[in-house]
Amino acid sequence: MTEALQPHGKLALRCRALHRHLGQGEGRVHVLKGVSFEARRGQVYAIVGPSGCGKSTLLYLLGLLDRPDGGEIEINGSLMSNHDDLARTAARGEHIGFVFQFHFLMLEFTALENVMMPMRKLGRLTPAAMRDRAHALLDSVGLGAKTHRLGTQLSGGEQQRVAVARALANQPTILLADEPTGNLDVRNSNLVFDLLTRLAKENGQAVVLVTHNPEIAQRCDVTRPMRDGIFV
Amino acid sequence: MISPNLRIAFRFLTAKKRAMVMSLACTILGVGLFIVTQATTSGFERFFTKTILGINGAIRIEDKIQDTMRSMSAPGGGDSHFARRDGVKYIEGIEEPQALIEALRGFPNIRGVSAVVRGGVQVTSAFKTEDAQVFGIKLEDHVRVSDLAEQITSGQLEDFRQAPAGALVGRVLADRLQLSVGDSFVLSSRGSSRRLRVAAVYETGYREVDKTNVYLHQAEARSLLKRPSGATFLQIGLYDPDRAPADAIRMEQVLRHSVKPWQEREKTWLAVFRALRISTMITVSVFTLIASLAMFNTLAMIVLEKTKDIAILRSMGYERRDVTRIFLWQAGIVLAIGAGAGAILGATVTWLVSQVPLPVNGIFKTDRFIVTWDAYHYVGAILTAVVMVMIASLIPARRAARLEPGDIVRGTAQ
Repeated sequence: MTEALQPHGKLALRCRALHRHLGQGEGRVHVLKGVSFEARRGQVYAIVGPSGCGKSTLLYLLGLLDRPDGGEIEINGSLMSNHDDLARTAARGEHIGFVFQFHFLMLEFTALENVMMPMRKLGRLTPAAMRDRAHALLDSVGLGAKTHRLGTQLSGGEQQRVAVARALANQPTILLADEPTGNLDVRNSNLVFDLLTRLAKENGQAVVLVTHNPEIAQRCDVTRPMRDGIFV
Repeated sequence: MISPNLRIAFRFLTAKKRAMVMSLACTILGVGLFIVTQATTSGFERFFTKTILGINGAIRIEDKIQDTMRSMSAPGGGDSHFARRDGVKYIEGIEEPQALIEALRGFPNIRGVSAVVRGGVQVTSAFKTEDAQVFGIKLEDHVRVSDLAEQITSGQLEDFRQAPAGALVGRVLADRLQLSVGDSFVLSSRGSSRRLRVAAVYETGYREVDKTNVYLHQAEARSLLKRPSGATFLQIGLYDPDRAPADAIRMEQVLRHSVKPWQEREKTWLAVFRALRISTMITVSVFTLIASLAMFNTLAMIVLEKTKDIAILRSMGYERRDVTRIFLWQAGIVLAIGAGAGAILGATVTWLVSQVPLPVNGIFKTDRFIVTWDAYHYVGAILTAVVMVMIASLIPARRAARLEPGDIVRGTAQ
């Protein structure tokens, strides 16, 4: 857990004057209108706002899953917005963990294999060490007894917890979560949120989550409301 | 250790069992059918080639090329005459066969040369009379350029060797004349007759040959045909018969005689076999195309169904080329299993076909379906499947790699 040794409060993510249009022709919409944002390690950020205000679009840009039409994105001090796909992909694998609203587990694989998948790509650990770390992560999200279950054999809440464990697999400095509790009941919502925040705090990770849930937003360190493509 | 891409490819593939089985079945059938059709079509062609090489040799040298443009009297026998083919004049026959045989010693591919005297005769047995062709040969020379020794079906070649008045008679002619080994018959030509004895009966399987050709010792034939010198043609055996056309060109330049390789001599039949081969190739290509389309369909379906998985892989740091490889691996797995099983299927069906009774007698003789066992058929089948399936797989694989993870996630979230 080397990242845990790094000082909390260090800037992990910064974007400046981000612009993004979606759609084409007459349907083209200016979704993000010069958004700037930064996130520090050990802090949990909530981006809130009505549907269509651009919060998920911002999250995908911050996670280098999408390219901005204008503006800059820095990951741990490196300007990434202008890099090619290969460099952005490498940065995603090394520095960023994602949790999506609809779990996005690979259902043909077991919970253990899902968690090991990012580690296998990064290739930093030996197979045995990968397996140990995946077991430890699944233990930490309360699924130590279900490591060999396929994605299809897990409930929604359990799938989302596996997704949290997988997002943490490569010890990323940034954790991005798009409505991580949006598809869960209250009990599982609280469980997943507590997990995210606890593990992020323990490991000194910056957590940025997009949510509609005001209770979840209130429990974050920083809440940034958005409307019509800008922070208000 | 298994690569992550291969591991994912295998799981993706096994998750679509029905589609995978369809692709696999098409690949197996494509490879198997390719092998079987190649084995059967080339089997008959090679057997025909072996038969005609065993009768007429790889090259035949016949008429002398006449260098002058105006007519002139041909030296030698009074029955020589001019012929004109392809703008070149020829004088029939070979005046000095020994000189040509000496000159042919410089060609390394030559296995043997036999000077043959040929002429039309009538054969009369106690039963009836038939037209035939007499071939005057020197036995030791001729067995080096033909399969005559292996074509004897009754009697002994040794009996022919020992009997100056002996003859080798084709199976069909012997049956027509009701001749058996030891029977005597009369050959008539140009007003003279000879009584000879059947030393042995041969069968080439080529009906026209078995119906007309009678082999005699050359001295006997010369006497009968009143041809004391020269030869009608030289029959040449080659170590590598496939090189016959190139050798023939060189021989023609050096010897100034008409030289025909077996490929030119038998071009009608070879064209028939070529047409048959092309026809079966088209059938097999269509089948291989279907196999590749099945693979394309399977992979395209997997790409459509796995867009979310592709997005999550990309979000975890898997590169575009990883996604391409995952889909190419899937094609590779199907290909590997399909090629192996297809080769086994092809070999099994080829063996079964080779057991099918199929009496053929006309241009060759066989009792069973003829097949060829050739490793190149297997290599060709597998290479064809690899090329077709990989081309068909590249399109969905590249499409999968081009997917933008942001677009997928955004689309799903909506």
